[in-house]
Amino acid sequence: MIDITGRVQSVWRRNWDAFLRTYRVNFIPPFVEPVLYLLALGFGLGTYIEAVDGIPYPVFIAPALVSISVMYSSFFECTYSSFVRMYYQKTFDAIIATPVSIDEVIAGEMLWGATRGMIYATLMLPVLLLFGVVTMPSSLLLIPFAYLAGLLFAGIGMCFTAITPSIDALNYPAFLFITPMFLFSGTFFPLDLLPQPIQYFALAALPLTHVVSINRAITLSAFSPANLFSLAWIAVATVFFFVLAIRLMRRRLIA
Amino acid sequence: MKMIQCVSPKTGGTLEVLDMDVDTHQREIKGRLGVVPQENNLDPDFSAYRNLLIYARYFGIPRREAEQRAEELLAFMQLEEKRDVLIDKLSGGMKRRLIIARALINAPELLILDEPTIGLDPQARHLIWEKLRSLQAGGNTLVLTTHYLDEAERLCDRLVIMDHGKILVEGAPADLIREHAGSDVVEVERTPEAIARLTGLGVTYDVAGDALQVFTNRPHDVARELFEVCRHEAVTVRPATLEDVFLRLTGRRLRE
Repeated sequence: MIDITGRVQSVWRRNWDAFLRTYRVNFIPPFVEPVLYLLALGFGLGTYIEAVDGIPYPVFIAPALVSISVMYSSFFECTYSSFVRMYYQKTFDAIIATPVSIDEVIAGEMLWGATRGMIYATLMLPVLLLFGVVTMPSSLLLIPFAYLAGLLFAGIGMCFTAITPSIDALNYPAFLFITPMFLFSGTFFPLDLLPQPIQYFALAALPLTHVVSINRAITLSAFSPANLFSLAWIAVATVFFFVLAIRLMRRRLIA
Repeated sequence: MKMIQCVSPKTGGTLEVLDMDVDTHQREIKGRLGVVPQENNLDPDFSAYRNLLIYARYFGIPRREAEQRAEELLAFMQLEEKRDVLIDKLSGGMKRRLIIARALINAPELLILDEPTIGLDPQARHLIWEKLRSLQAGGNTLVLTTHYLDEAERLCDRLVIMDHGKILVEGAPADLIREHAGSDVVEVERTPEAIARLTGLGVTYDVAGDALQVFTNRPHDVARELFEVCRHEAVTVRPATLEDVFLRLTGRRLRE
């Protein structure tokens, strides 16, 4: 049984307040990242690429940039940042001495991780609009979907945080899981260029694949039944990792 | 302590806090407790004042009320000047005082303190003692653990000495001292003459390093006898303390 009440929002609010206190530095990545990637890859490298499946290259990578940003912000929020709060700052210990339960602390952290992903997607949208690489109004859907995708990566991240022996060991999932996903999830080239077995692997085990495919449908305003499969995959995985993270964290924190 | 705070699961037996079972009423109990942990776990992302406000939110205290209480508690713990200072910029003593203020944010019925003055300089310790005593005077119940026996002697109405998880004795500090150490202690250099004289008198003594300790209610008589065989400076008479009781009960061997 998972014990979550409205008190979860007090944990979320703590992180939101901390985020606002340092908002200047927090607001830089979502503005700078898409500009750098679009200039370097979209319009630099992209001049050698006429079109991908009939889509101009900058338009092809734009939804991937949003997906990657959501993945990074949520995953890293619930790995390194949560670990610092849990292990070094003892913030979780301080909170569970109050009527807030451990489950609520962990859930609040993950909901915050998802929120951070959504904030980043929201801030990126005007930049992408400025470059003319996304279509409106369907692209507004990037924002709510970023919350769901963010919750998925937050949950995965929190599972690693729950089992990691030290902050250094978090580099393993960062390099062995996140970085390959960044490259091989249909982000900068279509998935079907990869050998068949790797394609299947990406669809089965790399969540970013599904996130990119949905975001691409959103920015191109071109939806297909395959998107429903991706959405279902994400929904199931999100619930699974959300619950698993809470269970693993309980085991870690209740000694 | 962790079990009382409903943070760790109970290992056995029954445990009730404020007449509620710790297994079934965790939130209710935690809402009425104030906890001062041994480790500083203030939130380094925020100022002293914001720390109190954010902590109040975990208890579901309305904002207006929380603001008022936070200001009162900063004043009570003499931290008004540090209101808007980040935690990293506070001294050890200020951090402890802020943690106590934080533990009081929900006006707890029971305040639990784990080594409240550990690692503090004498001025900081005395200020904290003063505040804790004024809380006691206001009718609050404090449960505190400490390795500083002078602290226990000063603050506690009722005291339990534990060793390896077992309760050895229980009572008011003054009673425990009278019962287990006598009123006074005569300390003397460990010389053959002193040992001979004490043995001759039939007085029992403890060996503490290079000194002998006699626990007695008649310190003058013992001291007079010892002055005859020892150097003047080698004999000290002092009132017995809780530390004497503790060492007598738990032995002098180092505990790891």
